[in-house]
Amino acid sequence: MNAVAKLGLKQRYSLLTRGLDWEPSYQSKSAIYPYAEFEGIKIHDWSKWEDPFRLTMDAYWKFQAEKERKLYAVLDSFAQNNGQMGLTDARYVNAVKLFLTGVSPLEYQAHRGFAHVGRHIPGVGPRVAAQMQSLDELRHVQTQIHTLSHYNKFFDGLHEFPHMHDRVWYLSVPKSFFDDARTAGPFEYFIAIGFAFEYVLTNLLFVPFMSGAAYNGDLATVTFGFSAQSDESRHMTLGIEVIKFLLEQDPDNLPIVQKWVDKWFWRGHRVLGLVAMMMDYMLPKKIMSWREAWEIYFTEAGGSLFQDLSRYGLRVPKYADVATAEADHISHQNWAVFYQYTHAAGFHTWLPSAEEMDWLSEKYPTTFDKYYRPRFEMWGEMAKEGKRFYNNALPQLCTTCQIPMAYTEPGDPTTISFRHSHYKGDTYHFCSDGCKDIFDNEPEKYSQSWLPVHQIFQGNCGGASVEEVLKWYRLNLGADNLDQAGSPDQAQWDAWMEARRRVAG
Amino acid sequence: MPRIASLTLQDTDTARPIIEAITEDNPGATVHSFPGIVKIDREGSLTVRRESVESRIGRVWDPQELHLSIVSMAGNVDEDDDYFSVAWTN
Repeated sequence: MNAVAKLGLKQRYSLLTRGLDWEPSYQSKSAIYPYAEFEGIKIHDWSKWEDPFRLTMDAYWKFQAEKERKLYAVLDSFAQNNGQMGLTDARYVNAVKLFLTGVSPLEYQAHRGFAHVGRHIPGVGPRVAAQMQSLDELRHVQTQIHTLSHYNKFFDGLHEFPHMHDRVWYLSVPKSFFDDARTAGPFEYFIAIGFAFEYVLTNLLFVPFMSGAAYNGDLATVTFGFSAQSDESRHMTLGIEVIKFLLEQDPDNLPIVQKWVDKWFWRGHRVLGLVAMMMDYMLPKKIMSWREAWEIYFTEAGGSLFQDLSRYGLRVPKYADVATAEADHISHQNWAVFYQYTHAAGFHTWLPSAEEMDWLSEKYPTTFDKYYRPRFEMWGEMAKEGKRFYNNALPQLCTTCQIPMAYTEPGDPTTISFRHSHYKGDTYHFCSDGCKDIFDNEPEKYSQSWLPVHQIFQGNCGGASVEEVLKWYRLNLGADNLDQAGSPDQAQWDAWMEARRRVAG
Repeated sequence: MPRIASLTLQDTDTARPIIEAITEDNPGATVHSFPGIVKIDREGSLTVRRESVESRIGRVWDPQELHLSIVSMAGNVDEDDDYFSVAWTN
């Protein structure tokens, strides 16, 4: 009989993370961790760090290996069995294109960001957690590239995704979000990605949208989505732990952390506007509206979270009320932008059908019929007359979020919202008070933004005409861009469906 | 405002006995089904008990196996050999 009792989980985890560090003898701590102090965060006792997910390395490898086996069995099966033919509709693939070109590269950025933080945070507990998260994020981008590789065999717009991510006007929105986080200090990165993005906002990205993928027959996306999300609960917990730890360590940390929470909530809210549009306009079979998802995942879950954190003096992010009010508008305004600029996008657009517009009226009773239906109906009329509306002017971009200035004033959905600031003799433009505040707090950083439209005008993007710029993006004109109707994607889909009908007799 | 603790699990054969154990062990829990996922909500807290899952699947079950099925959660996590819980403490 074995008389030695097995160690409990809490003891095992504590043995993994305690005593792993050592006091340096021939280098100073500040030379080893050069980024630990400049942000002004004060930490007195790293041993107070408590990671509630007590995953030891052996358990981590075991569970991750099992997730991978399951995931790749599904991806392989999806590819082998021509899973793309079982989708609800060819339009659906455009949502996947936007996800794989816009979001998947962020997984890689998150991998690099957490690797950096896993090196530069002086506490050993969070370093171990950040290293695990770094590996998780690398796993996520790999699974998504495997999915992309299959879709790329059949559908347009995916062939040059890393090249596009660094250049295309709307992909600069998610790209700049992560560039911004990764160029911040390690504590800000932790709050930006671990807390504001992972805890407060990613549910909105991965939960209802992936459920939508399940509902639209996309086995591959559901599987990588939920496999990624299975790591996400650990990431969310890390995010909330970081914020609690910083706030418990020193009261002087509160104003710094609050500013980061305000900033990253607003940055994240702007990026997620793309997901709002995917859910309301791009899923042929819909799960819930963006508004409903916002209520569950921000108002309800975020409400409980910020109530919990109020004991440290932390308040709900600034402009959370504005973001909540925008949930009635943002998907409609974004889809309208992409419809107007469909010639310059790497995926296809369309106008919502009569049935879809009725769904939108039902889900957005106070806004859709009044502000957005008339616009879509007018564009439908114009298209029928052979005057499909394209916007051929390059849009002004918000310096902070890099989104075209198409959002409206809070409480006044018929007036475009413009804000501006002056810095070192130049004028900078913003879509909202939230974006202007972020610039005003760090003008030296944001005055250096790589804004796609400015770069085109400065002659850095292949030429002055739309065609030249799109070629520089490596978009295949006439295949990757323009309306879904008449696209090679649609023609191929129609041929598949026709073949199915013939076989069915 | 009610403080909802929540666990979202995949709607799979592996997760179903866990979902069953949670709903039975946490009176007042509400189950919302969406395509591919099940979201379980309860005011204050939710606990997954090892014994309760084991009695359903007829084998030893480590609460960390939850990592294979979990999609999302809301609440502060507490984890040990015999349980996994999420709760709003404040």
